[in-house]
Amino acid sequence: MSDYNFAYLDEQTKRMIRRAILKGLAIPGYQVPFASREMPMPYGWGTGGVQVSAATLTPDDTLRVIDQGADDTTNAVSIRKFFEKTAGVQATEETAQASVIQTRHRIPEEDLREDQILVYQVPIPEPLRFLEPSEVETRKMHSLEEYGLMHVKLYEDIAKHGAIATSYAYPVKVEGRYVMDPSPIPKFDNPKMEMAAIQLFGAGREQRIYALPPYCQVVSLDFEDYPFEASKADHACDMCGATNSYLDEVIMDDAGNRMFVCSDTDFCASRRKAGHMGAQAAAASAALKETAA
Amino acid sequence: MNAEALRGGFGDAPVEAAYAFRAAMNAMARPGTVETLKGAQPPAPVSVAAGTLLLTLCDPDTPLHLAGDYDCDAVRAWISFHIGARIVAPENAMFALGTWDALAPLSRFAIGTAEYPDRSATLIVERERLEQGGMTLFGPGIKDSTTMVLPESKAFQMNAMLFPLGLDFFFTSGDQLAALPRTTKVEAA
Repeated sequence: MSDYNFAYLDEQTKRMIRRAILKGLAIPGYQVPFASREMPMPYGWGTGGVQVSAATLTPDDTLRVIDQGADDTTNAVSIRKFFEKTAGVQATEETAQASVIQTRHRIPEEDLREDQILVYQVPIPEPLRFLEPSEVETRKMHSLEEYGLMHVKLYEDIAKHGAIATSYAYPVKVEGRYVMDPSPIPKFDNPKMEMAAIQLFGAGREQRIYALPPYCQVVSLDFEDYPFEASKADHACDMCGATNSYLDEVIMDDAGNRMFVCSDTDFCASRRKAGHMGAQAAAASAALKETAA
Repeated sequence: MNAEALRGGFGDAPVEAAYAFRAAMNAMARPGTVETLKGAQPPAPVSVAAGTLLLTLCDPDTPLHLAGDYDCDAVRAWISFHIGARIVAPENAMFALGTWDALAPLSRFAIGTAEYPDRSATLIVERERLEQGGMTLFGPGIKDSTTMVLPESKAFQMNAMLFPLGLDFFFTSGDQLAALPRTTKVEAA
């Protein structure tokens, strides 16, 4: 342990955040205002998620921090180190081992269990913000359940592009009441939000916390004739061969060669460990054998 | 101030509050689930779970209402030393503590506003015991349905109809805790 208070924040701040989390769980999808604190990292680096995690962690927890599904990016590494130092919690890079998972813009591929908590980092919590810049107005729209503007936006997508072009931060309606921003996760992840784990959302700069209790109804907005589709790159993972995971497209060289690889590093690694192999991994291992021979 | 009021707080506040909050959050996220909550030793008639919950969630920012027998000198002194919450009338309370009968009528408590439904009271209801059976519960946090013995069903049905406004409830008994948020639909058996 260190000379920090457990999990960095002072107790009064944690109580304030904890009260906001409880109200968030009681009113699923409603953004509870909270007095966000300055954290030792800049806004936009997940200060909301960090404050929610700090208020949620216990010394027994095992923490996984992922950024777009990966454990090894700067953002994920610094947040993981932050909690190892200030809360003395165990860290892991495996979904199944973690009791608290803080995530930036992805939901792990593996189904989460009842004893797990998923904490999202949220940049802009207000789904209507890009349509209506005034907080006074958007608050009124939520109170009156006036979400026509959002459907107009999706309709304009169809009119312009022939399909709903929104591919991430795809708006959802929670328990038939609040329209909610699921944070910038790909819309591929939207159907996973009806899960067994508790989901908490923290927006530090915007000072909002919201939450989804387990088994909460989360419906992606759509139209009868243009139903929601959880899309992904039409390809298999080049490393592990998975066809059901969300893929990152990686440019390999100046000639435009590219590979598709699972964005969830733990999912991909555990599949490879189990012997699955994608097209490029197979080619590479064949080439390696040839050189050896 | 008597010495009694100085005792019974958290020994290691950051860690004990963290465990207590996790139990309270699990209870609120999964209505009807019974969690164990320990740490505080509040004066009678406050239960261990209710005292721990107050230490975890309340401070000088949260006006508190004490109902019936809970509004006594020993409890007031303990709260003023360990928590510092102002003791107020039901209309102004963010939290309230008491038995079901003493807390009635519920219409006195804040249910939030259309624009800020979170500005509503959380009621901590002390019970003889917490047990399954009795009424059937549906709603967010409950996979299919679950059961719980509640003091009555009508008040919770009325409360659920106010959604997204309404009150949220914790039930405490000894070191046990359960919760019932405004989203839970209650059906009498």
